[in-house]
Amino acid sequence: MSNSYDHDDGKPGFFARWFFSTNHKDIGTLYLIFGILSGLIGGFLSFQMRMELMEPGFQIFDNPHTFNMYVSMHGLLMIFFLVMPSLIGGFGNWFLPLMIGAPDMAFPRMNNLSFWLLPTALICLLISMFIPGNPSGDGFAGSWVMYPPLSTSGHSGPAFDFVIIGLLAAGFSSIFGAINFITTIFNMRAPGMTMHKMPLFAWGILVTAFLLLLSLPVLAAALFMLFFDRNAGTGFFDAAKGGDPEMFQHLFWFFGHPEVYIMILPAFGIVSHIISTFSRKPIFGYLGMAYAMVSIGVVGFVVWAHHMYTVGMDVDMKAYFLAATLIIAVPTGIKIFSWLATMWGGSIRFAIPMQWALAFIFLFVVGGVTGVALANAGYDAAVHDTYFVVAHFHYVLSLGAVFGIFAGFTYWFGKMSGYLYNKYLAAAHFWFFFIGVNLVFFPQHFLGMQGMPRRYVDYPAEFEFYNKMSSYGAIVTLIGVLFFLIWVAEAFIVKRKAGDNYWGEGANTLEWTLPSPPPFHQFNTLPRIK
Amino acid sequence: MRFSPFMKASGLAIATLSFSALTCVGTAFAESNKDGPTDGDIGFQRAVTPVMEAITGFNNFWLVPIMVGIVVLVTVLMGYIMIRFREKANPEAQKFSHHTGLEVAWTLIPVVILMCLAVPSMKLLYFADVVPEAGLVVKATGNTWNWEYSYPDYEDKVDSFVSNIVDIPHTEKRTEAGEALSHKQIIAQIEARPADQPRLNGRPYLMATDAALVVPVDTIVKVLVTSNNNLHAFAVPQFGVKIDAVPGRINETWFKVNVGEEGTYYGQCSEICGVNHAFMPIEVKVVSKAEFKRWVANGGSFTAQYSQNTIQNKIVGGMQTAAAQ
Repeated sequence: MSNSYDHDDGKPGFFARWFFSTNHKDIGTLYLIFGILSGLIGGFLSFQMRMELMEPGFQIFDNPHTFNMYVSMHGLLMIFFLVMPSLIGGFGNWFLPLMIGAPDMAFPRMNNLSFWLLPTALICLLISMFIPGNPSGDGFAGSWVMYPPLSTSGHSGPAFDFVIIGLLAAGFSSIFGAINFITTIFNMRAPGMTMHKMPLFAWGILVTAFLLLLSLPVLAAALFMLFFDRNAGTGFFDAAKGGDPEMFQHLFWFFGHPEVYIMILPAFGIVSHIISTFSRKPIFGYLGMAYAMVSIGVVGFVVWAHHMYTVGMDVDMKAYFLAATLIIAVPTGIKIFSWLATMWGGSIRFAIPMQWALAFIFLFVVGGVTGVALANAGYDAAVHDTYFVVAHFHYVLSLGAVFGIFAGFTYWFGKMSGYLYNKYLAAAHFWFFFIGVNLVFFPQHFLGMQGMPRRYVDYPAEFEFYNKMSSYGAIVTLIGVLFFLIWVAEAFIVKRKAGDNYWGEGANTLEWTLPSPPPFHQFNTLPRIK
Repeated sequence: MRFSPFMKASGLAIATLSFSALTCVGTAFAESNKDGPTDGDIGFQRAVTPVMEAITGFNNFWLVPIMVGIVVLVTVLMGYIMIRFREKANPEAQKFSHHTGLEVAWTLIPVVILMCLAVPSMKLLYFADVVPEAGLVVKATGNTWNWEYSYPDYEDKVDSFVSNIVDIPHTEKRTEAGEALSHKQIIAQIEARPADQPRLNGRPYLMATDAALVVPVDTIVKVLVTSNNNLHAFAVPQFGVKIDAVPGRINETWFKVNVGEEGTYYGQCSEICGVNHAFMPIEVKVVSKAEFKRWVANGGSFTAQYSQNTIQNKIVGGMQTAAAQ
């Protein structure tokens, strides 16, 4: 097959190729590099936070405002600039067209726009860290949820305006990306690839794209209202002018809850392929898996106020959100058990991507059950806004979505770069990271049960033991991250050539029929799916 | 039948899970006797109100068994699969990819479990959330960055008062030369305190205030919560109380401290509100009904005798703690 690509494939020169890129694989690469860079910045912030929290008292930060600003920026960077660009922009761009047998994305130039809005957005956010936020210090320190009045009258300086503009740019980037993905999936599948034959990663991206398309405009509207409240004298969220600060929370979480599924659904897809590949067995219950994702997406839109149980809602409304939220556990359970059943009867190889995927399942279950606990509105009063919540969402995101990213990265690294990694270095990355993040986040469940509130620069001495453990975990995680950088660098230096299908039997989606790396333009003749 | 080992493994997992869940409830989640947070504890703080008792019970008898159970079930299954079906043990992969019965089972069983969970959860929600006829109303207003308490029932006798943290003096705190102290300097000052005054007579670091909210024991207290500027949240973990303070809106919650639980309880602001978010604690002093009457009659301050006794007890208690260490 690879012979048919030997002709000149028309790669443009360096500058045109990487800065005016319209090629889905190059754009995917840009997204991944961008994601890694923002992840390193966001990780640097969180590492400093952990060092600060090593002991009661002040270690690093003289000004609590700066600590709060780090908390806020860590959240925004990791969500909008690490997880979303890597999973959706990176792997989505790279592998969605390959998996459905398409030559490229439907709107290549819009794809370019989607990517280049992101560095713009990131620069806005980074600038915001160094300009006045409010009289207490520089930067925006109102957490990633940006609740007014702290984000309106509480931040009189220009820093938060930069955050708003940055997030609007990132939001539009995602909306354009979502339009592109939906169009590509509906119109550019190879002949014979019906929706029900489409790989699960493509299903994950499809549902994600719909969630983005429907939820991000609501965030954009809420951000615009904040912007006008701050700069144009409107009072959407100002009680003194007849507005309501709580309305922002409803708008924000109407976006924010689908957002958490946006971050995890592509990872679900990646993990499905990896489990199937390394068990040498087809996915168990394919249709159930696909429609579990669809139902998670649909139900995800009607549960948002479970983030706001303490805001003073009517008790019957809480009861509704309680019941609706519990329902999400059902499709999630279907996914977990279907992965286990995929492995059942298989012939399992514990290659590095499989280790990441197995760890993903375990960690996602831990994060999932604490999610069920948090759904209970009455119970939530005890753990709301404590470290229990921090532990919960880091288990599903930092340990779920990020493990999904690393699983995909190790799975497809050879396909994307053409080189194989050193499996000992990659294993060191996995084990340090796995032990490290568990050490960081597991003790935080106990801190939360004991009542330690979130976003605290300093804490009563009674919380010291688990905070210390958590901070030691951050050091172990850092070693893991260093091994990640090392194995990537090593692979590019040593240049061990990867074959077309280096995972062998079991890896049977379309990208494995192409050379590694795939030619600049693939599928000159469309593949036919039987 | 092909799936019988799967079932067997599930049975084994369920047995393991019930055992570990019971162990957890029995030991690890046993309540500590101490008030306030305890270093190294993994459960809730000791409950002193019916609501927190209900939350703790819901945790111990529903959530922990279900959470631990599911995690153990999945882990045991995964471990079994990883050993039984590793490449060496099972070189030839089977090719099945459907089993309707199984798929129906793992859809319906979670539905049943969740429905069972929803019943006590709803009961807890309505019990905690619907405020009963109150014996006392207090109002807590969030400021940047302290709490202000008032007693609408006794407006003529007790003036509203502001409750500031004592440990971390605010950023306005200055040296004698008039320069602002950095937090590092403040911590150094606290740590330099003489050993016989451990952290303000044994009161927890960062939680003690200069004026506590005073309420009677065994009385339904309705708390009205609002804010003057940013969002805050009024929270007392041992009461099972947490409610946002929202400007322009009065939220309400309630608690009733059990008989015999007179004492001092602490909470911390639980909604990010700016630079001193971590430094606006909530301190609630629960006294006997008679003492509360005297406190009100005395214009919102304790009679000389009460203060004498309490300080005596506190110093003795603090010294005992210090000596024990």
